[in-house]
Amino acid sequence: MKPAPFDYTPAATTAEAVAALAQHGDDAKILAGGQSLVPMLNLRLARPAMLVDINGATELDYLREAGGRVHVGALRRQAAAARWAATRLPLMAEALRHVGHTAIRNRGTVVGSVAHADPASELPALLLCLDGEVVARGPQGERAIAAGALYRAPLTTSLRADELVTEARFSLPRPEAGWGFAEVARRHGDFALVGAAALLWQDAAGRAAGVRLAFFGVGGTPVRGAAAEAALTGQPVTEAGVRAAARAAAAALRPEGDLHASARYRQDVAVVLAERTLMDAVRRCRRAA
Amino acid sequence: MTRAVRLLVNGREHEVQVEPRLSLADCLRDVLDLTGTHVGCEHGVCGACTVLLDGEPVRSCLMLAVQAGGHAITTVEGITPDEGLAPLQQAFQDKHGLQCGYCTPGILLTTHAFLKEHPHPTPDEIREMLAGNLCRCTGYHFIVEAVEAAARAAARNPPR
Amino acid sequence: MGAKLFGASVPRREDPRLLRGEGRFVDDIKLPGMLHAAFVRSPHAHARVLAMRTEEAARRPGVFCVFTFADLERWMKPLPLFGAIPPGLAARVEVTMKQVGQLAMARDVVRHVGEIVAMVVADSRALAEDAAELVEVDYGPLPAVVDMVAGGEPGAPVIHEAWGDNVALRFKTGFGDAARAMAAAAVTVRERFYVQRYVGMPMETRGVLAQWDTRDGTLTTWNGTQVVHFVQQGLVAALGLPAHKIRVIAPDVGGGFGTKANGYPEDLLIPVAAIACRRPVKWTEDRREHMLASAHARHQVHDIEIGATREGKMLVVRDRIWVDLGAYNSWGIVLPYNTVAHLLGPHRVPVLEVECQGVVTNKTPNAPYRGAGRPETVYAMDRIVDCLARELRMDPAELRRQNYLSAADLPYELDIPYRDGNRLVYDSGDFRANLDAALDAIGYERLRAEQAAARRERGILRGIGISGYVEGTAIGPYEGATVRLDASGRAIVATGACSQGQGHETSFAQVAADVLGIPLDWVTVVGGDTAAIPFGVGTFASRSAVNAGSSIFDAAGKVREKLTAAAAALLEAAPGDVEIADGMASVKGAPASAVPLERVIRSALPTFAKPGPVTADFEATVYHHQPTVTYTSAVHVAHVEVDPGTGAVRLLRYMVAHDCGKLINPMIVEGQIHGGVAQGVGGGLLEEMVYDEQGQLLTGTFMDYLVPTAMELPPIETVHLEYPSPRNPLGIKGIGEGGAISPPAAIANAVEDALAHLGVRVTRAPLGPDTVLGLIRAAHERTESLAGQGARP
Repeated sequence: MKPAPFDYTPAATTAEAVAALAQHGDDAKILAGGQSLVPMLNLRLARPAMLVDINGATELDYLREAGGRVHVGALRRQAAAARWAATRLPLMAEALRHVGHTAIRNRGTVVGSVAHADPASELPALLLCLDGEVVARGPQGERAIAAGALYRAPLTTSLRADELVTEARFSLPRPEAGWGFAEVARRHGDFALVGAAALLWQDAAGRAAGVRLAFFGVGGTPVRGAAAEAALTGQPVTEAGVRAAARAAAAALRPEGDLHASARYRQDVAVVLAERTLMDAVRRCRRAA
Repeated sequence: MTRAVRLLVNGREHEVQVEPRLSLADCLRDVLDLTGTHVGCEHGVCGACTVLLDGEPVRSCLMLAVQAGGHAITTVEGITPDEGLAPLQQAFQDKHGLQCGYCTPGILLTTHAFLKEHPHPTPDEIREMLAGNLCRCTGYHFIVEAVEAAARAAARNPPR
Repeated sequence: MGAKLFGASVPRREDPRLLRGEGRFVDDIKLPGMLHAAFVRSPHAHARVLAMRTEEAARRPGVFCVFTFADLERWMKPLPLFGAIPPGLAARVEVTMKQVGQLAMARDVVRHVGEIVAMVVADSRALAEDAAELVEVDYGPLPAVVDMVAGGEPGAPVIHEAWGDNVALRFKTGFGDAARAMAAAAVTVRERFYVQRYVGMPMETRGVLAQWDTRDGTLTTWNGTQVVHFVQQGLVAALGLPAHKIRVIAPDVGGGFGTKANGYPEDLLIPVAAIACRRPVKWTEDRREHMLASAHARHQVHDIEIGATREGKMLVVRDRIWVDLGAYNSWGIVLPYNTVAHLLGPHRVPVLEVECQGVVTNKTPNAPYRGAGRPETVYAMDRIVDCLARELRMDPAELRRQNYLSAADLPYELDIPYRDGNRLVYDSGDFRANLDAALDAIGYERLRAEQAAARRERGILRGIGISGYVEGTAIGPYEGATVRLDASGRAIVATGACSQGQGHETSFAQVAADVLGIPLDWVTVVGGDTAAIPFGVGTFASRSAVNAGSSIFDAAGKVREKLTAAAAALLEAAPGDVEIADGMASVKGAPASAVPLERVIRSALPTFAKPGPVTADFEATVYHHQPTVTYTSAVHVAHVEVDPGTGAVRLLRYMVAHDCGKLINPMIVEGQIHGGVAQGVGGGLLEEMVYDEQGQLLTGTFMDYLVPTAMELPPIETVHLEYPSPRNPLGIKGIGEGGAISPPAAIANAVEDALAHLGVRVTRAPLGPDTVLGLIRAAHERTESLAGQGARP
């Protein structure tokens, strides 16, 4: 399976990359980690005339905490992010453990996965769960797009063809927040059939002060479990309450079926995973308090 | 059209002229005649093509040769002594950790890098490490034992 | 003769090169002037080929030639067929069978997605693929047959016009009066089981490299095949060249599993391209092609019924079987009859009635894959046995214990022939001992106690599943071997068997070295080269150790005799007083008399003074006759945990208690079992080739066809029992396939066992989470509906 022929230009800076995109428009694709793009090239499912390789744009390889958020530059590899996340953001570390395998994570980038927008992948859901946003730079300049406004359909975002995502930002949870992450995949490292990520923190009285819940593998985009968040926030935390919230959140989902799981499966298991991740978050939460 | 790339493979420099679409795997095999790296799927799942890029395992079928300049690439030939077998390879022979040998170079390199970071792995950690390399012959049982044996051997004889 | 290597876990001689990355697989071989081929393959499951335009493709820079059927017509004989019905079988079973050889390149009709319609030869694979996209083909789509049951009914679209229907094969056989036995049985259970389409999927795809030497009119082809002599015969027929002008070599091959023991279009098309282009031509199959174009397997429906006494004694089994053959019936009687012959397995069942039909469909052709019909039939039998156990409220282990044959019952004859037309007689083994050993080793009683406690106290659902098989292995009729010594006493062993990872270079060397009395590293094994031995069959059906091993044993014995005679003359001793060990010949009791074999061999050469004592050819060729199979058996036990919330199945432990007779190399035997089990687990939980209603293959990459990784498998525990075979001089039996036979059944039984309290019945594989959750949900709905009915006044 050899790719169709393409032209190649390495970009040494963000500006060069943006200029190349502006010049070639729809005919160009950004090559960063390549773990999603190159298989599509090899299968001839993608046939860009021009590849703009940003791996030389070292100014994009950074990860820094600032203002209660982590800013991940476009070239920060998933493996490197996981090493940081192990002590600073365990929810991300756990999510990344499910992204492919070591060799994939050594090249794949956090921003790449966020921008690729596979609805069964973990990082877009994490972006949603952690009130994240991406920074996109185009010929018109730079803009920030909140996660809620980013994802449109499978592999489709609100990014324009001439925009380069330079950064992804994730909120850092409060230290006392508990987290949960679970997915069902046919094999370890595969795309999820369905998955959930949850955060929960409590006030001094033990009520849920904040809740975040995001699903993946449940339709064309990752989805926030808004109904669960609303149901639980401000209430004392009980198992029955969590169960009801999980059911409410899943009821709002419109998953699709495919070769590996039916829509019904995804709907039913979304409830189970929402429950489990919220309860895990509660358990971790109590320990921190 | 082709581009010039200077590749550093197993410590040796090569100046090649290749089409952008040529994968690193095909470049190693067809241009540099290093056929120890094998191609199993060309979509990044099977791991047979695994090489080390600056010491870290990557899928060489998902990298373009033109991207590989400026990095140190290690293939299975690069962890093999002139004569005989390296301790890791010896452990695989001792424990029957290979049958047809097609997935083996990829597994050796993934393991080589892994044991540097995890010198005392548990069986579960070994299996998670191996999960990115498919083997159809062994059922992984003896591969796990080979990795354990290699870890023990390295603990007895730490590299200087 | 010394037997110090036989039975030893000698490290493998092939390992160093493979570990060093110095193996030589087909794609590693480069020849000067080599061109590369790519194929244009049908995107339709069933269509007429109306017209083709290749000019634009042929014009592309770097393209050497584009070939269509018309260009290659003179070589386009139908591909060879396998599975003719042996006379012994035809005499006992009435089989209606239709076979038609596939054309290597489609002419008027394509019958599965992926069938070849044109071939492009270019300077590189990438350029060939670019050009292949430019070949324009006008197709007239025809209705596709995708369901094996519906496809066999009258009125279905016909795939091979001359046949009139899609039933490629049909037969009925058995013994006893099944209707009467069923009627008399106190308990009968009936169910329909579906074994999915799944495949060998070796890590190395197929590859063919061909070189035509114009100087001496010889063709050499390197082919990752398991059957070099079959490939050679096909080329002899198609090319009209004598056999010695066609050399087929299988170099290092990255896994076979039966997938590479098939007759394929590319085996012919690439040599033809090399002849037509007068340049070497290489084709390396890519993975997407492999999914479409390399043989598929399994895929059966069993409508099976069992009758028993209330105490659990099995009285009768009736099975109606459908086999989905794919587009061509290339393998004839093999898969369907294997299925039938292995149905009853280790169980004593006095009455049997089976009806089998093989139906062609518009899918990739089906061919034998590790187990070759046995996994499917064992699935049906072990499942219905568990269903019977549940009906009888009996422990499935106890039900089997009651009905399994034991050593005292052997030899045991079933009143149907084996596939080779000979009598079907279990020659050795103790199936009840296998069962006891497996249950004992896994701690069955303790697992049962824990299972109940775990469910009661923690809501954790664990299950235990058992499956047992008896396997006719090492089908003959022969695999010859030549054993030849060179001047220094080193031995070359040449055989038609070839290795795709089974370690022949080691195990066969062990046999030869022991017999000859020379060190192991004095023996070089050459397999998979038609120039090394003129007749061969190949490596499949777990046959090589028995067939080639026996020939090697006999041939080495003949060479040993000659060495002894020559040594006797040289040492001036009686042949009975000559000892040969470690490459030295000596007189018994006089170690100082030892001479290296090199001297013995040299002494056989004529001198000016006299002729040699024996002719100096220390060489023998034996085609050991193996009329029929020898029976391996095993019991597998799977221990699983089911997550009732997600339907995910985790395999906690897997136990194999098996008998394969004597072991040449125990380590290699274990490796074969492990590999087979892993593929079986894939079949039980993960792997499926899925087609849609138009015959489009939906599982086209490793993203969708799910091969188990190290995380889906536990350590595989094995217990060896040893009941030597009386049917060959080494006492060995085949073990290449056995591991793959029972896992889908054992896992299905374990999952059903884990969910037994819900009244779940497992009827299909693989057991992905969606399927399992669906079973749980259906069981809950049944319970609720029953409760609802009960609540009505």
